[in-house]
Amino acid sequence: MATSSVSKGCFVFKPNFKKRKISVPIEDYFNKGKNASEDSKLRFETYQLIWQQMKSETERLQEELNKNLFDSLIEFLQTSHSGLWKNSEDWSCEIKLREIPTAALILGVNVTDHDLTLRSLTEVLQNNVTPYVVSLQAKDCPDMKHFLQKLVSQLMDCKVDVQSKEKESVQVIQKNVHYSMDSLSAWYMSVTQKTDPKMPRKKRTFSSQWQSPPVVLILKDMESFTTKVLQDFIIISSQHLHEFPLILIFGIATSPVVIHRLLPHAVSSLLCIELFQSLSCKEHLTTVLDKLLLTTQFPFKLSEKVLQILTNIFLYHDFSIQNFIKGLQLSLLEHFYSQPLSVLCCNLPEAKRRTHFLSANQCENIRRLPSFRRYVEKQSSQKQVALLTSDRSLKEETQSLLENLHVYHTNYFLVLRCLHQFTSSLPKYPLGRQIRELYCMCLEKNIWDSEEYASVLQLLRLLAKDELMAMLQNCFKVFQSSSAKELGNTAKKIEEFLAQFQSLDETKEEEDTSQLQSKGLQKTDLYHLQKSLLEMKELRSTSKRQTKFEVLREQVVSFVDSLVREYLLPPDTQPLHETLYFSSAHTLRQHLNAAPRIALHTALNNPYYYLKNEALRSEEGCIPNVAPDICIAYKLHLECSRLINLVDWSEAFATVVTAAEKMDANSVTSEERNEVIQYPFKINSTTSKSSQPAVE
Amino acid sequence: MLHLENMVLCRESQVSTLQSLFGERHHFSFPSIFIYGHTASGKTYVTQTLLRSLELPHVFVNCVECFTLRLLLEQILNKLNHLSSSEGECSTHITCEIFNDFVRLFKQITEAENLKDQTVYIVLDKAEYLRDMEANLLPGFLRLQELTDRNVTVIFLSEIVWEKFRPNTGCFEPFVLYFPDYSIGNLQKILSHDHPPEYSADFYAAYINILLGVFYTVCRDLKELRHLAVLNFPKYCEPVVKGEANERDTRKLWRNIEPHLKKAMQTVYLREISSSQWEKLQKDDTDPGQLKGLSAYTHVELPYYSKFILIAAYLASYNPARTDKRFFLKHHGKIKKTNFLKKHEKITSLVTLQLLTLVGHDDQLDEPKYKCTVSLDFIRAIARTVNFDIIKYLYDFL
Repeated sequence: MATSSVSKGCFVFKPNFKKRKISVPIEDYFNKGKNASEDSKLRFETYQLIWQQMKSETERLQEELNKNLFDSLIEFLQTSHSGLWKNSEDWSCEIKLREIPTAALILGVNVTDHDLTLRSLTEVLQNNVTPYVVSLQAKDCPDMKHFLQKLVSQLMDCKVDVQSKEKESVQVIQKNVHYSMDSLSAWYMSVTQKTDPKMPRKKRTFSSQWQSPPVVLILKDMESFTTKVLQDFIIISSQHLHEFPLILIFGIATSPVVIHRLLPHAVSSLLCIELFQSLSCKEHLTTVLDKLLLTTQFPFKLSEKVLQILTNIFLYHDFSIQNFIKGLQLSLLEHFYSQPLSVLCCNLPEAKRRTHFLSANQCENIRRLPSFRRYVEKQSSQKQVALLTSDRSLKEETQSLLENLHVYHTNYFLVLRCLHQFTSSLPKYPLGRQIRELYCMCLEKNIWDSEEYASVLQLLRLLAKDELMAMLQNCFKVFQSSSAKELGNTAKKIEEFLAQFQSLDETKEEEDTSQLQSKGLQKTDLYHLQKSLLEMKELRSTSKRQTKFEVLREQVVSFVDSLVREYLLPPDTQPLHETLYFSSAHTLRQHLNAAPRIALHTALNNPYYYLKNEALRSEEGCIPNVAPDICIAYKLHLECSRLINLVDWSEAFATVVTAAEKMDANSVTSEERNEVIQYPFKINSTTSKSSQPAVE
Repeated sequence: MLHLENMVLCRESQVSTLQSLFGERHHFSFPSIFIYGHTASGKTYVTQTLLRSLELPHVFVNCVECFTLRLLLEQILNKLNHLSSSEGECSTHITCEIFNDFVRLFKQITEAENLKDQTVYIVLDKAEYLRDMEANLLPGFLRLQELTDRNVTVIFLSEIVWEKFRPNTGCFEPFVLYFPDYSIGNLQKILSHDHPPEYSADFYAAYINILLGVFYTVCRDLKELRHLAVLNFPKYCEPVVKGEANERDTRKLWRNIEPHLKKAMQTVYLREISSSQWEKLQKDDTDPGQLKGLSAYTHVELPYYSKFILIAAYLASYNPARTDKRFFLKHHGKIKKTNFLKKHEKITSLVTLQLLTLVGHDDQLDEPKYKCTVSLDFIRAIARTVNFDIIKYLYDFL
């Protein structure tokens, strides 16, 4: 774009608003894959539906998990605030230091999740305690001035009453004023008094409790605030506490010791700090997995590798639930994008209905599924022909297979939970302490072939009665809670076991003990003692008469073992499992474990990789002059070793850029060339240039 | 003046010095007075009560609140304006951004009838903040009398000695007045002064005596002591209220309160437990040992690789580089190689958590240097969770 200005420098061109963005409907992106036609729209819609359901489920979970914390916080705020305004003539109240009520909220190191938690906290507080809830971030508050500015501007936005439109103009003017704590408390007075006479109905709930609602200030990342700002703010606001009822909430990622590290005693003595601990993120993960994956509520499943990647990123890298859910969303999206048969990944009745409408192409896709091929090979030759040639019989078979898959999952999760009850409290946790570890192992292969499983059975055979009974009781609860009919008699069986254990108590096997006692040790010399001990040992090992309890225990163990062998088959043994399981771990890793440095290098070094412009395609070692300037500069800088001569660099840059007009190289005036040379470094210098009038 | 003596205890000499400095209302006083002394040595209180009870025209400004020059100057001027105008008048807000304007506006305001012919006092509390503001501010305030040609005295209150204020370029020397710390006798007298109406003064004085016996060695801050006295007084009265002892049973009362106060010293005084929690504990009569203080929560859960990075950072920060060979060649392969892509991201997140800090210059983009800031106990706890015996690798423990 041209300007009429004579000066050199940077000019700002406002974008032309007439240009309209050509918006592509999102579902069209699904078409661009290799599997162009196959129900892409339907797949996209299914994806959206399932994701919506999963998302609302996670949100619900979050709310549930935070409820305890929020409730105790609200209670703290209410009591401390009412204490603040207790207008008592009590002798002690006058002398006691006025402390700012402060809640130290330990949020854990998963910083990315904090925003969400604090946002919902804000919402909860606004609904229950006070309309004035403000949250500040350290990066917005390098000094007191900005701190107060942010605080005030957010506070003024907090106002709930809508009817005052002329007030807003007042606010705009006020925003230019220099803020001090004085003006802030004056503002507070005016606001609280103004709303008093004609209270809107909505506000009555707070106002009837206290004539003046407190101001809650949330410091999102306590660790990053500078000591000086925090100190000054606390000192100032403690002086204004009687007219500006402030309550602080510190969001702490590490440990509360940081309060003492940031604030000297003189300042921390102005605070009345109470500690609140949020839920541990590992527990949170367990719940999320439990409700999203270990359930038949959502048809979508993850393969072992994918689940491993997601949990590893969580445990080894960031502890962030948000990222985990993002990863889950990505796998869901990728599944629906890359697997044409994912149309069948929905609830059972709907999947059966959709089977009817499968196109011939899709039927072919089903026949190509490895799991289905394996299944066909096991059928009689007549049936094989029918399945491979007739679409109709294929569809019918698919329906019944889908139903089998559903039943398989229902049983699978029940038995998995049951097995987890047995393994989770064994010494050294051979199959893991968390159900997710057990799940991963079961997904991977036949669990009963593993060494760990064998050792679990060994350990189970050594359990004491009360332990075993407690486990059985838990299992019974698991089975009872479900409505699956197939495993109904399992619950009954467990009940029987329990009853048998109970009855063991009553009929104590006395013969065994009496036998031992009769052979009890008499006073003998050492030789005889050894001899009799040896005898007893032999007796035990040879006869090894099991007690009734031991027999029963053995039965229980073999019962569990049979359950596991029957129901915990890995999913890849199931036909059509590809429709529900997302297994492309490689793609996921590529997307989630991004390496920004490498990506940047690729973009700068080989712009064709991302831009896909044929003009940019170049052979090795040559720099195309049509490449973006920054790429040229970067490539030239790569040619130098540690130190770069700036003049050489810019000269080389100019040579490359003007290379295209080689034939009329002479026509390039030196001034123009100078302009090119200076160009890469102009951006830095324009700020100083623009302040002076151009001299040209 | 008897009234004043009742309000200000143990500061007789300072009060009389100030009074003689102030002189009669219309007398010119010393242009600037610098008062310093430790926290809670009565500087603010004495000045304020003196100016109030003598009904001298004064402006009281706390410099912490005035983080910009403009705020400070405007606050002084507006308060003065408020003083000069009679009650009914609604004064407009004065704006003032530089000291030059301040002098001009100050002259205008002090023209007013009720400020004329008497000394106007400007008190700047927490004056040490002035040092961080514009360089001309402090010298300007020191000779405000001369600059404005008005009868004005500026009083500075600070916890820092005057020598640390004096600018390099030299300035007008103020009158320096030192408020010494209260002695234990003084503290006893002042604290006993505010005894509750239900109990006799002697009873409360005995309590204060015990309190000072416990706390005097660690804390001489009057405000804090008063706070602690009030917090723990109900516990002291407990035997009396229950009828187990009478007010003169000092021994019994002492035995009741002494361990309690010692516990308070370790908890409430350090703000490990908040005052409200302490009061609640006292009311419920539960053992304070059950409530964990803030410092008890030192455990930090970190992702697996972050733990290793932190351990590595700790080793690198505290072992001399030349010993690397010695530690890592011998036990080669003991430390897991944690080669992964998200390394840098993780370091930045550790920095935001203040477990690492950036050392050296900010502009060194290519190879930033960090230092580990966690304590030995902390790193040992972390190392234990990943089964890494850190002591073996630390040079200081060889």
